[in-house]
Amino acid sequence: MIQEILIDLFGNEIVAFIISAALPLVFIVPFVIFAVWLERKVSAHMQDRLGPMRVGWHGVLQTVADFIKLVQKEDIIAADADKKMFILAPIMVFAGSYAAYAAFPFSSAYIGSGVDVGIFFVIAISSVVVAGLLMAGWASNNKYSLYGAMRSAAQIVSYEIPTALVILSIVMVTGTLSLAEMSELQAGGFWNWQIFGGAETGLVKILLIPFMIIAFIIFYISSLAEVNRTPFDMPEAESELVSGYHTEYSGMKFSIFFLAEYANMFAVSAIAAILFFGGYQSPFGYIGDLLGIDWLVPFEQLFWFAMKGLFFVFVQMWLRWTLPRVRVDQLMTICWKYLIPYAFVNLIIIGLITLI
Amino acid sequence: MSLKTEELTLNMGPQHPSTHGVLRLEVVLDGEVVVEVRPHLGYLHRCFEKHCEAMTYPQVIPYTDRMDYLASMYNNFGYVTAVEKLMEIEVPERVEYIRVIMGELQRIASHQVAVGTYGLDVGAFTPFLYLFRDRETILSLFEMTCGARLLYNYMWVGGLSHDLHPDFLRKTKEFLEYLKPNIDEINNLLTFNKIFIERTANVGVLPADVALNFGATGPNLRASGYKWDLRRDDPYSIYDRFDFDVIVGEGLVGTIGDCWDRYYVRVLEMKESIKIIEQAIEQIPEGDITTALPKRVKPPKGHIYHRVENPKGELGYFIISDGSVNPSRVKVRPPSFVSLSAINDMSKGHLVGDLVAILGSLDIVLGEIDR
Amino acid sequence: MKQYLRNSWDGIWTVLVGMKITFMHMFTKSVTIQYPTVKVKLPERVRNRLYVNMDDCIGCLQCERACPVSCIEIETVKSVPSEDLGTTSNGKKKALHVTTFNIDFAKCCYCQLCVFPCPTECIYMTETYEFSEFERNSLNYKFATLTPEEVVDKKQKLEVFDAEKAAAKAEAEKAKAEEAAKKTAEDKPETEN
Repeated sequence: MIQEILIDLFGNEIVAFIISAALPLVFIVPFVIFAVWLERKVSAHMQDRLGPMRVGWHGVLQTVADFIKLVQKEDIIAADADKKMFILAPIMVFAGSYAAYAAFPFSSAYIGSGVDVGIFFVIAISSVVVAGLLMAGWASNNKYSLYGAMRSAAQIVSYEIPTALVILSIVMVTGTLSLAEMSELQAGGFWNWQIFGGAETGLVKILLIPFMIIAFIIFYISSLAEVNRTPFDMPEAESELVSGYHTEYSGMKFSIFFLAEYANMFAVSAIAAILFFGGYQSPFGYIGDLLGIDWLVPFEQLFWFAMKGLFFVFVQMWLRWTLPRVRVDQLMTICWKYLIPYAFVNLIIIGLITLI
Repeated sequence: MSLKTEELTLNMGPQHPSTHGVLRLEVVLDGEVVVEVRPHLGYLHRCFEKHCEAMTYPQVIPYTDRMDYLASMYNNFGYVTAVEKLMEIEVPERVEYIRVIMGELQRIASHQVAVGTYGLDVGAFTPFLYLFRDRETILSLFEMTCGARLLYNYMWVGGLSHDLHPDFLRKTKEFLEYLKPNIDEINNLLTFNKIFIERTANVGVLPADVALNFGATGPNLRASGYKWDLRRDDPYSIYDRFDFDVIVGEGLVGTIGDCWDRYYVRVLEMKESIKIIEQAIEQIPEGDITTALPKRVKPPKGHIYHRVENPKGELGYFIISDGSVNPSRVKVRPPSFVSLSAINDMSKGHLVGDLVAILGSLDIVLGEIDR
Repeated sequence: MKQYLRNSWDGIWTVLVGMKITFMHMFTKSVTIQYPTVKVKLPERVRNRLYVNMDDCIGCLQCERACPVSCIEIETVKSVPSEDLGTTSNGKKKALHVTTFNIDFAKCCYCQLCVFPCPTECIYMTETYEFSEFERNSLNYKFATLTPEEVVDKKQKLEVFDAEKAAAKAEAEKAKAEEAAKKTAEDKPETEN
């Protein structure tokens, strides 16, 4: 819908698509600024502290100030670093996480690219991040960075399997790979969300609920690992590897890594929201429908989408400030010995239920 | 077919988030597996022992503060009791009680840091701040008494610098009541967390005989299942008057003497210290604290070795006096230094992440190791 | 299998227990304060920057000797008998001009060892703890109240006094010597005989 409006506005498809492609950036940058502040505030209050309080109301502008500071900082490239790769790595990482946004239906009116294999595209493209992390680790020419990069590669590749298995079970229920269609299927109130058995009725719905909850837990755990958040923050395990693959980065490049990390956090949260919690659908109904104002509905949908994403981002932060970090071999154990078998059994059971 | 692999030497520290100060570990790694650890010391060396020879006896006390800066009170305790023994001074009852209360509060504070930073080492940030919040209260109690929060110079040869503040006993009681539920909270948040258990159980096992051979003392030895506590086995001051248990590692979730045991012994010892303080508060007599203060600290010719149970282990002072106002030689037996020597044996075959966990579980303080 | 299921359950359950604790803490009052605007009340015995009340200082060097880090530097000049330096607040007679009384707070370890031996209680610890400086030299506090000219004056006075004293002494000695010489001279003739 937005694309059509833009084409009408500019009369040129290429310009319209470029602007359309840049739209998520308008969302991501304020989101990251907000999320970094939120992370600091959440951690502070969980630890009986106040957190940033000086810049703006309760320090809301702290991140802006920090960002300005980061931009001003000297851009250091270590003498023995592989210069080209070193510069390319943060861009690659951010590109990978940004590309995933193309397939997200922010509301019924806006989706960057309405591909039919949306979820497949997201899984595939987010793996580009691994290449970026590996490049960063290798190019830094630092043993800690290299360890971080190797760990993150192993971790992300492994955890894609349980993620994919869970997504597969959702795809089996919904019968579509398109994220927009998945969201549409869950319209009409929260009882139609996938976590509550989706739009099915009767026995099937009730039978599906516990297995959907298990599927969601598996998905959420593996998504934590994919974005390198505690308890799976092995690649940047502060107490072991100083800060992993971005040890040698400073200034603007570091802030791009930061941006990518938080963008990624929202991306996986958004996928969780789309797969299990109705995507952009409101849990109750729309004020726009009630008042008869049609144009309000997409904005409400955007609001719900952002809220759901933010909620899961909040849970990620909550977990981060609660849990210790797992060890690198336990990380693999959790994935291969626990999540994958559970996900597999779950997949079969959901498959059988849908056959009923 | 086996691929030829090369070992990697990783330099951990002196600037590293989890070496607890300025310790440098030269780690030989095979992939992520530790082959050898070589600790390099001396980044914080301040010539404490040589320095003492130029100081008078009371002037040494501020320097002892700076050895194990997380347990300054206990360092004072060890030093002044050693000099008192050398001079054969009997200190008043009240002084003894105050010293014990201060010492045990300091033990709680030190263990809080040990437990908290251990959480930090395995990646849990929040328990650390909860423990530091409580530790602040202890420091405020110390500040109320002697005016300093970290380096107290509170215990003097033959007495104390200040008597207790009138509010001290009441506030201490209140604090202990407040602390008890918080210890359980930490247990729920961290100690029995599955991830934490997985990270620490069966990691860095130090069997009792190996621990004895290395000369490890304190919680590190007790966690290996060896019941040895100087407060009970070689009572100094008035520790024989209190009823408390010596906590030993039981291998509740893993092997006896693993990292989890070393951690848990400290948690439980906090509870024992609370017991001791409560008894001491009940028994403390009124009186003058200045009666035994010598006019001039000038021990007779001779030498002495005196040891106390520091929160980290056996802290021994060997003092040679030549009869002048300056000690002729002061030698310190630091518990952290001895514990650290076991690191290579403990961490062989473990992963890098475990190395950090093992180092943290030893609860070393570099100020004491390097002196 | 039982162990396997138990592990999975423990993993989820203990995480939830921890999450509950941290969540409850989000609604407890923060213990930190906004430092420069809000300050904690310091206890009365607090040990911070030293202060020397020079009116009471008698220049006995007790504090300088007690200091384990030698951060106190005192120089004194003897007063001449014609000067009256007054007495300290606890009735001790002052006999020395304290020309230098420097405390280097870059070295000071706030151990309070200098406070106790002071016979007039003129050196004590205050509540000031915010005195950071950009230059290390500015941390060397000079407490002496005498101006350099006065110091020179006092030194000169002492010198003059000493010189006079020496002269007087020399005179006296000379006189003594002369007397002795006279005596010997008087004695001489006798021996000559």
